[in-house]
Amino acid sequence: MSDTPNVVTGDFEALTVEPPAADESQPSTTEERRREIHDIWVAGTEEPSWVRQATDEGSQEMLVAGADQAIAIQEGIVVSDDYVLEDDSAADERQVLNMGPQHPSTHGVLRLHLELEGETIRRVKPIIGYLHTGMEKTAETLTYLQGGTNVTRMDYLSPFHVELVFSLAVEQLLGVEIPPRGQAIRLLLTELNRVSSHLIWLATQGMDIGAISMMLYGFRERELCLAFFEKVTGLRMNHNFIRPGGVAADLPDGWEDDVEVLLEKIPVGIGEYEELLTENPIFLDRTVGVGVITPEECKAYGVTGPPARAAGLAWDLRKVFPYCGIEQYEFDVPVGRHGDVYDRYLVRMEEMRQSLRIVRQLLETMPAGDYRSDDRKITPPPRKRIDESMEALIHHFKLFTEGFKVPAGETYRSIESPRGELGVYLVADGRSRPWRLHVRAPSFNHVQALPVMMTDTLIADCVATLASMDPVLGDVDR
Amino acid sequence: MTEHDHPAAGPPAPDGAGPVDAVLSELMVLFPEASLERFEPVAGPVQDIVHVAPADYLDLVTAARNAGFDTFVDLCAVDYLRRDPRFEVVVVLGSMELRRRLRIRVGIGGSPPAIPTITWVFPGANFYEREAFDLYGISFDDHPDLTRILLPDDWVGHPMRKDASVGSVPVQFKGAPEAP
Amino acid sequence: MAGTADPPGFLVTTLDKGINWARTRSMWGATFGLACCAIEMMATGAAHYDLARFGMEVFRASPRQADLMIVAGRLSQKMAPVLRQVYDQMAEPKWVISMGACASTGGMFNNYAVVQGVDQVVPVDIFVPGCPPGPQSLMHGILTLHEKIMAGEIKR
Repeated sequence: MSDTPNVVTGDFEALTVEPPAADESQPSTTEERRREIHDIWVAGTEEPSWVRQATDEGSQEMLVAGADQAIAIQEGIVVSDDYVLEDDSAADERQVLNMGPQHPSTHGVLRLHLELEGETIRRVKPIIGYLHTGMEKTAETLTYLQGGTNVTRMDYLSPFHVELVFSLAVEQLLGVEIPPRGQAIRLLLTELNRVSSHLIWLATQGMDIGAISMMLYGFRERELCLAFFEKVTGLRMNHNFIRPGGVAADLPDGWEDDVEVLLEKIPVGIGEYEELLTENPIFLDRTVGVGVITPEECKAYGVTGPPARAAGLAWDLRKVFPYCGIEQYEFDVPVGRHGDVYDRYLVRMEEMRQSLRIVRQLLETMPAGDYRSDDRKITPPPRKRIDESMEALIHHFKLFTEGFKVPAGETYRSIESPRGELGVYLVADGRSRPWRLHVRAPSFNHVQALPVMMTDTLIADCVATLASMDPVLGDVDR
Repeated sequence: MTEHDHPAAGPPAPDGAGPVDAVLSELMVLFPEASLERFEPVAGPVQDIVHVAPADYLDLVTAARNAGFDTFVDLCAVDYLRRDPRFEVVVVLGSMELRRRLRIRVGIGGSPPAIPTITWVFPGANFYEREAFDLYGISFDDHPDLTRILLPDDWVGHPMRKDASVGSVPVQFKGAPEAP
Repeated sequence: MAGTADPPGFLVTTLDKGINWARTRSMWGATFGLACCAIEMMATGAAHYDLARFGMEVFRASPRQADLMIVAGRLSQKMAPVLRQVYDQMAEPKWVISMGACASTGGMFNNYAVVQGVDQVVPVDIFVPGCPPGPQSLMHGILTLHEKIMAGEIKR
């Protein structure tokens, strides 16, 4: 059980996070050290002063730092630049480095155009579009039943979420309600998807920072999730299972046993990874205080999800605008404080545990009933009815050739995907194909906010920061 | 790090009553030409939509931010082909204290269609406006870097417009036997 | 000269076979994961469906150190010149596997933005269908490539 002081438990009310009370139980050495590090970082932000001193080689400038910063430099906590940059020579010293689009650490085909001064990044420009697939244009040519196949490939690490938000937007315009079992199945799949997406994030974050074995470990538990998805939906990824009207099929027999196995094995794995990374001094050195974003910057750039929560904004769409009946289940939302890579790591690790908590409640209280709405104009009839009833045959034919028509209107609907706020803006015009489908991708905002986090930091930190934002380029470029 | 002192907000009001309405009415008073509409769906949060003219657009967005909608959520463009004005830009802003979204729709006509940029109000709109320019050809006056973002720099045309075709390639079956 | 080819000598044939055997047993891939198929490629390289047991120990980031390029995912118009550049940087002998429906034919995205098949840009040896192809399919594709090289069908 992780015991970080950053978890806000209980009712989701406050928008700020109270610092822990002074009389709490003794913090562990790690916690103490973390706080120390942060105090020194905060204290040591004043510019060191320069003092001219006469030496044998002529007048030289000596670097004078305050006492706190001097101690920090001695202990190796802070790296000090001990060379002088003349203002006019700064521009000549800049080196342009192009990272990507083919790069092992850019999480897809992202291109970062970096201007470096020595090891410090002075300017970074993300260049995207290397995965632009014209999905929004394709969506205008597909019916609403086929639309799921298209949108599910946008955020390919959490395909259930994109399918869900698309289905929710369509259902809002249709005005249909989904039966409880359908909603519970949707939640089961999306929360397990959150776990599997965070496991990939952990794998790539570890690998980018240098813990290359994390790559193999992260995929180990993910395979368990994918095997379950394959049993339920038929595919490991890009399922097109959550459709407008409900889900495509019921859960298979014996799903409870599979979920029990998942709930048994995945927490063990998460515990092992926490043991490996959470108090690892190398990991701490590379992640604490790195890639910081403030809450105001998060709001201005629209950064949501784990990075915003790590910065201190207690905002989770599952609590604020609940969907699919998630308000019936108890879960906490971890909120960080410092907005650095380490806090994002802690937030995501705890989110995995909370998602498994929701899955456990779903396992125990899965309602019986229909898994999709019985409005025959929207959901296809059961296969065996087609032999019996002419109406069923006609409905089946119309639904799969022409598709159901959605009344004219427009809506914006969003859910909490593992990356942040994933939204769909849908304009329907009464026909069977969308007039306009726009997907608000969380990674688009995160990539846009990268310069805020990377400017004036070291180039080695840029990889850690990028990994911690967890961008998926399919989402960014669509 | 900074402490932000927003008041703790309760759960979202069920039927839209409360402080949000007050904020929205104040906003509407400032912009008498704009109209406010509400959409209450069967499932999901209440949606407030403001229709505004291009002349008031930038002022409305700035006023909305000052009124509490300080989170940038989304910006997209829509091409309503046979309608005048033809294009529309839709901006979704959010407020974490009021727990509400505000959708601003502004119709744009003209050739080339152009409206002011909101990048200086919400830096997050930068890439979104570039995307709308790239795919629809809508220019945003005063944008710091209005260049193509998703398509190659030398691309000609704006593919998301309704009068641009999908660009599909006829499917060829390679190696099909020739007719005798 | 033409038409009077000497039968291949004993030493050369065995040497050829030996070279082909060596080429298949240590084929390192260049990382060219683009989209969803890249995740399945990573899963194939991970512990459950281990690719290292076939000699594909690592995926080299630098194309100069790689033999095999698995184009995994949809190729957009903006990325096509990059693909060609990376392919050109690889040293001979090199092979290309086009993984997934989008890389092979453009997949479900028959539109302005996706190149309809990477064989428009680079020569492809093996096409692996699927959306995305599971790790078993990808391994089948890789092993088929190994067989083809061993059998001498791909002379490079």
